[in-house]
Amino acid sequence: MASHLGGLSGAPVVRVESLVRRFGPRTVLDGLSLDIEKGEFVALLGRSGSGKSTLLRALADLDDKVSGSGRLETPDKKSVVFQDARLLPWKRVLENVVLGLDLPDAAERGRVALEEVGLSGRETAWPVELSGGEQQRVALARSLVRDPDLLLADEPFGALDALTRLRMHDLLRQLCARHQPAVLLVTHDVDEAVTLADRVLVLDNGAIAADIVIDVPRPRDHGDRRFGEIRSELLRHLGLDTKPLLPI
Amino acid sequence: MNAFSTTASSTIPYASDERGLIPPAVQTRKTGARRRLALGRAIPFGALIGPILLLVIWSIGSIAGVIDPRTLPAPWSVVGTAVDLIAEGKLQEHLMTSAWRAAQGLVFGILIGTILALISGLSRLGEAIIDGPVQIKRAIPTLALIPLLMLWFGIGEGMKVTTIALAVLIPIYIQTHSSLRSIDSRYVELAQTLRMGYGEFIRQVILPGALPGFFLGLRFAVTYAWLSLVVVEQVNATSGIGYMIDLARNYGQTDVVIVGLVVYALLGLASDGIVRLFQERSLSWRRTLAD
Repeated sequence: MASHLGGLSGAPVVRVESLVRRFGPRTVLDGLSLDIEKGEFVALLGRSGSGKSTLLRALADLDDKVSGSGRLETPDKKSVVFQDARLLPWKRVLENVVLGLDLPDAAERGRVALEEVGLSGRETAWPVELSGGEQQRVALARSLVRDPDLLLADEPFGALDALTRLRMHDLLRQLCARHQPAVLLVTHDVDEAVTLADRVLVLDNGAIAADIVIDVPRPRDHGDRRFGEIRSELLRHLGLDTKPLLPI
Repeated sequence: MNAFSTTASSTIPYASDERGLIPPAVQTRKTGARRRLALGRAIPFGALIGPILLLVIWSIGSIAGVIDPRTLPAPWSVVGTAVDLIAEGKLQEHLMTSAWRAAQGLVFGILIGTILALISGLSRLGEAIIDGPVQIKRAIPTLALIPLLMLWFGIGEGMKVTTIALAVLIPIYIQTHSSLRSIDSRYVELAQTLRMGYGEFIRQVILPGALPGFFLGLRFAVTYAWLSLVVVEQVNATSGIGYMIDLARNYGQTDVVIVGLVVYALLGLASDGIVRLFQERSLSWRRTLAD
């Protein structure tokens, strides 16, 4: 189990030490520690209720009403992609992308970001006029236009159909290669984690139960033998003791 | 059973069944395929059909002598009276007075209601101070306040405008406040992660999000404004449509009363139409059942 050598060097952009988060009597995060390097793509797996979203919300500064302790260092420039696209329905697509962006060339940056996610020409559409996948692409553009050092994504593709999800994987991978943010992707899809991430963490009972560097060469093929081994190992950590799955 | 056989019979189910090519169930679904949950296409000028029908019944009743002209004069004699009143300049004068009163009351009521809703909707302290009194005011019918308002403001324009404003601010306040408070907390989270400032959050998220509620309040407000106008003009006034109606009642001029009512109806419809126009312009991002 390698430590945090996601292939990149330098000081970590995220540093979590002994993080504890409690909801009433239930301890959701129990002394969790984690570093994420600059530009590193980390996927976070875990069963329902394992504390994945709690960790993400803590990193996103969205847990001010939760009791807890611990040290938390995150960059100033970070953005969040939620499971729902969370576009303001009363703002047009471009306005949604540059929402809260206080820069003189915000509109121009917004257009570029929309072009990157393949939505040129839809700048003046209303969010209701877009499909689920398109809405999530707008949400991606909204995150990337801020040039984040850390991108937090909470099951961003969970609500999309399988085909759209595969397309979104490619898109996310390309965008991350170009913009180089550190990424924490919360997901419950093992294949998604292994396909996209440099490193996969498994969260169990509020602590990190496994920390696996994905050494499968890109582009990654689900049929690859090493892919299958890592998948089996992750499934075992998730409490699913299966024999190695047959390549599809 | 009945529903099935009626839909199926229109498509000659047994012929196809005999040949064994298409089962009747498929045919039934085919005929039912147009049936959607939405309302379907709008009838052109559909809103006019009901009123025109009423007018036709009224005319026929008058010609046939079924309706006594002292109870309800024929449409054309009402029109004649209206033409006379316009020629004398009386109708315009009363109309202007009434419209001006309603407009003043509306403007003050909308302003005060909106400001109160914002203060109360956006801060806990504001709510603690404002919401209680407004709810108490809401529990007292505005018209019951008229005696008190007369003692305070006399019987002049001030009393009339105040009464209308007091009636108007309630729906504006209630609807705006409740839609401010029911803004989805997910948008609050979003604003937080986008590091919006408070002012920007209010401008970009809260206010546009509360706009549908405000417009709903506005439509009630316009109705309440006309309602209060009618009452204040009939309680004590020396001008206005309400005064004209009240005077005509004293002289038994049913036709003048009807003219006044028609004017009220037109004013109400016109103002509601204007509000709806604004509403559609401002809320074009919404998709509703009517689309």
